Amino acid sequence: MLARATTWWTILRISLEERLVYRGDFAIGTLMRFLPIVTQIFLWLAVFDAASRGEIEGYEISGYGYSDMVAYYLLAMVVRAFSSMPDLALGIALSIRNGDIKKFMIQPIDLVGFLLLTRIAHKLVYYSVAIGPFALVFYLCRGYFSGWPDPDIMASFCLSLVLGFLLGFFMEAAIGMMGFWFLEVSSLLFVYMLFNFFFSGQMFPLDFLPAPWDTLFQLIPLQYLAFFPAAIFLGKVQGPELVNGLLIEAGWVVFFILVSRVALRRGMNRYSGYGG
Amino acid sequence: MDQRPAYFRVLATFARNSLVRDMMFRSNFLIEATSSVSWTVMNLGFYVLIFQFTPEIGRGTGWGQYQFFVFISAMMIINSIVQAFFMPNAQEFSELIRTGGLDFALLKPVDTQFLISLQRVNWSSLSNIGVGFALMFYSFTKMTFFPSVIQLVLFPIYVACGVAIFYSIMFSLAATSIWLGRNQALYNFWFYITNFSRYPMEIYGGSFAGDALRGVFTFVVPVLIAINIPAQLMAWPLSEQNWWLVVFTLVATAGSLAACRWIFQRALLSYRSASS
Repeated sequence: MLARATTWWTILRISLEERLVYRGDFAIGTLMRFLPIVTQIFLWLAVFDAASRGEIEGYEISGYGYSDMVAYYLLAMVVRAFSSMPDLALGIALSIRNGDIKKFMIQPIDLVGFLLLTRIAHKLVYYSVAIGPFALVFYLCRGYFSGWPDPDIMASFCLSLVLGFLLGFFMEAAIGMMGFWFLEVSSLLFVYMLFNFFFSGQMFPLDFLPAPWDTLFQLIPLQYLAFFPAAIFLGKVQGPELVNGLLIEAGWVVFFILVSRVALRRGMNRYSGYGG
Repeated sequence: MDQRPAYFRVLATFARNSLVRDMMFRSNFLIEATSSVSWTVMNLGFYVLIFQFTPEIGRGTGWGQYQFFVFISAMMIINSIVQAFFMPNAQEFSELIRTGGLDFALLKPVDTQFLISLQRVNWSSLSNIGVGFALMFYSFTKMTFFPSVIQLVLFPIYVACGVAIFYSIMFSLAATSIWLGRNQALYNFWFYITNFSRYPMEIYGGSFAGDALRGVFTFVVPVLIAINIPAQLMAWPLSEQNWWLVVFTLVATAGSLAACRWIFQRALLSYRSASS
């Protein structure tokens, strides 16, 4: 047990150090992440201004005032920082294709566990670098928020963030495992990203969607990667709806853990590696 | 005997080789072309959604739904040219620096920047040009105004200016890989900067921060004018054009190209190769 914990701890430490090697690149990447939000804020200011004929105060679009919109984008960015998994699926598929995956078959290390720790390390480094700019931006934009939410809402928000991280990880891992069958998953991943772009809520609050799209987003798990946690923080989802949402999100996490486990086991069984 | 390389013939060879290479994997080519078109259509869905809530973007700016669609078309046309001709090369450039492969480019008897910038053409990215022109034509049928001959002549010139401005920024960024050692954030960086050009420049007006952004992205890093000026030329009548900005775009294009050349040459001086 202790030996296993030491192994995982070593993996986490190595991943952290690896992440910190290219600090310059990483710091620039973190800083730049704030820029698209600025454009969205100005875009929606122009939209609210034109729609309300200059009377922005009190004007709402689908229940969102202008302040809510700005707050929503900032929150959605925090959530996306948890749930986005750049290059995870592609990395898995690539290691299947080029044979790197073999080392996980002969070493007593679990592939999914290894990748999960690498991602946790990535997120830890990301947040330790990003906490400064994040705090600054939220402080500067505090006027767009109506104060801190109640502790129970805050707790639900934090829980939905952790679930969002796990959902993002296991969903992408499951797509990557499809590489055992298709070798090339970039088309599949593209479809995923396309839907993710629209139905996770990173572009706009999903309440804006007209029928029948508003039903579609409820049926698929993508809303938990951006919209749902942000909506919790803003008080748009409350009471039984909130509890149900968290339960469904947890259900999706369990579902994708199972899918990635089964895919890994079956994939490993059908995998054949040639050459040296 | 003239010893200067025949640049047009070299360029034609690059284009032909890339096409032959693309045609070796025809299905992949079709998938890539379809992918970039569907991404564009998804984006268009977002803009259609916005116009469900407002008659125009920014009060009194002249960017009604169909004028804005002309803007989007100009953006599609410029972006797909940049993505087809320069994006794969800029990404490859960072890799060449990291792996030391740039040594081979430096030895060739042609201008290094020319060789690095154009050796691969990603033909499938050009698929969005068709969509761009179709959308532009559709918007004209919905608008009360059709561009004059002068505008039709100026449009391709200003599209070329937009492409040149984007190219300069992209390759200036790519050249920084020589100093940073690795620049994986290049694509993100590029995306975040050009993100400001995605909407009409009028949305940034009216506040100190907005005016500052507009100033910086017009006069320092001229991404705003790269799309706005060709788009305005087609979306608005001649009498409503910002003529001084139209003239300034020519100056900005020349300035951007000169700056890019200077940065590229300076960066090459610091190139140390990556052992072998």
